[in-house]
Amino acid sequence: MTDDQGQDGEIVLSELSDEDLTAQMHDDLYDGLAAEIDEGTHILLDRGWGPDKVLNIALVEGMRIVGIDFRDGILFVPEVLLAANAMKAGMEILRPLLAETGAEPVGTVVVGTVKGDIHDIGKNLVGMMLEGAGFEVFDLGINTDVDQFLAAIEEHNPDILGMSALLTTTMPYMKVVIDTLIEKGMRDDFIILVGGAPLNQEFGDAIGADAYCRDAAVASETASALVKARRAAAA
Amino acid sequence: MMPIAPLKAQQSDQQTPRLLVIACGALARELLVITRLHGFAEVTLECLPAGLHNHPTEIPGAVDERLTAAQGNFDHVLVGYADCGTGGLLDDVCRRHGATRLPGAHCYEFFTGHDAFTELHDADPTTFYLTDYLAKHFDRIILDGLGITAHPELLGMYFANYRNLIHLSQTDDPKIEELAAAAAERLGLNFEIRRTGYGELQTSVVEFVSLSRRRIDPRSVAEPTTIEQIRETTS
Repeated sequence: MTDDQGQDGEIVLSELSDEDLTAQMHDDLYDGLAAEIDEGTHILLDRGWGPDKVLNIALVEGMRIVGIDFRDGILFVPEVLLAANAMKAGMEILRPLLAETGAEPVGTVVVGTVKGDIHDIGKNLVGMMLEGAGFEVFDLGINTDVDQFLAAIEEHNPDILGMSALLTTTMPYMKVVIDTLIEKGMRDDFIILVGGAPLNQEFGDAIGADAYCRDAAVASETASALVKARRAAAA
Repeated sequence: MMPIAPLKAQQSDQQTPRLLVIACGALARELLVITRLHGFAEVTLECLPAGLHNHPTEIPGAVDERLTAAQGNFDHVLVGYADCGTGGLLDDVCRRHGATRLPGAHCYEFFTGHDAFTELHDADPTTFYLTDYLAKHFDRIILDGLGITAHPELLGMYFANYRNLIHLSQTDDPKIEELAAAAAERLGLNFEIRRTGYGELQTSVVEFVSLSRRRIDPRSVAEPTTIEQIRETTS
């Protein structure tokens, strides 16, 4: 038994150093332990960590590891969902604190699952990872038609439009949205990211998206990189 | 790595075409019934694990492996899958091996028929479908396969957006209908039965064998595949 373990052999989070605690939180995220993430988040905040530091070092980094192992076929959807659920527990604590800091978001994102499709697991995960990367995310939910996308674009003036689909039959609707934006002369006003299990790079290219994102971690990295590049080009 | 056993035709009569149907294990029973009912003795049937239903990204590779093992031993091959969430990648495998596949996006569609299924889905996308196979193996494929048995908290994450469950019944078996009803109750969904019979699964197999017997390549009359439709939509 180590000094950080209680009498029953369980690790006592509050007794861990900052470094060990964040490493333990990465493990807890990996194992989908929401209660432990909740506890670890509170401990770091009590130690004076800012909410953005907790988010990035403890949660986002943990989910990045989960994303890599999902990509490599080590983790599967149920494990990723449990990890996402654990991250959600941390996000619920941090979200109001992040809002209080008044920090400018990195950018604004409108996301939705396209018309005819009610699958939102991947989209929700992307939303959380984007929040983690500092974006303000407006989630339109499921079964989103082109008019709902247009209304949200008008209301939020986003840097990024994200569309998700799980069904082969609904993924072509992304093209309907993009074509409508082209018709209205709005296509180049923002970055368009697409994702979903049956999509691939070829499809993303064919419909005229700026990027196809194979998972939530890639979506977050791509969003940050493309927004940065766009702003650099505009400067 | 285990060597891949070559797939050989059951008979090598010069007059009879050697036919292979390589299918999803969830269709094994139905395909056996259809081939026996019609006396299609020249058909060799091989099935891949039904659990691939939950891992569509693995389907193209698994089919590719078996088609490679069958190379040169059959005159025509029917791949007993719909697109099944592969986003057209299964079609690429079929094309490479000169095989045809079942029509549509998934088994729910070819059992119901394209137009009837489209109407159903358009009317209400919040419906979860079970075939006879999935109703019989609901616990193993759905609850265990999606990790819900081990982690009941995942149930809401997977099914919160669904409102209905329709059992697409192939055999009108009251015992299977009871299992489907129990599945709907477990998921908290409204329940309905639709008797589809074997639908386009039967007509596709019959057409495949009939054309082959008449020395007509089944590919010459095949409907456009999903990837071709997507490419057409997105071009």
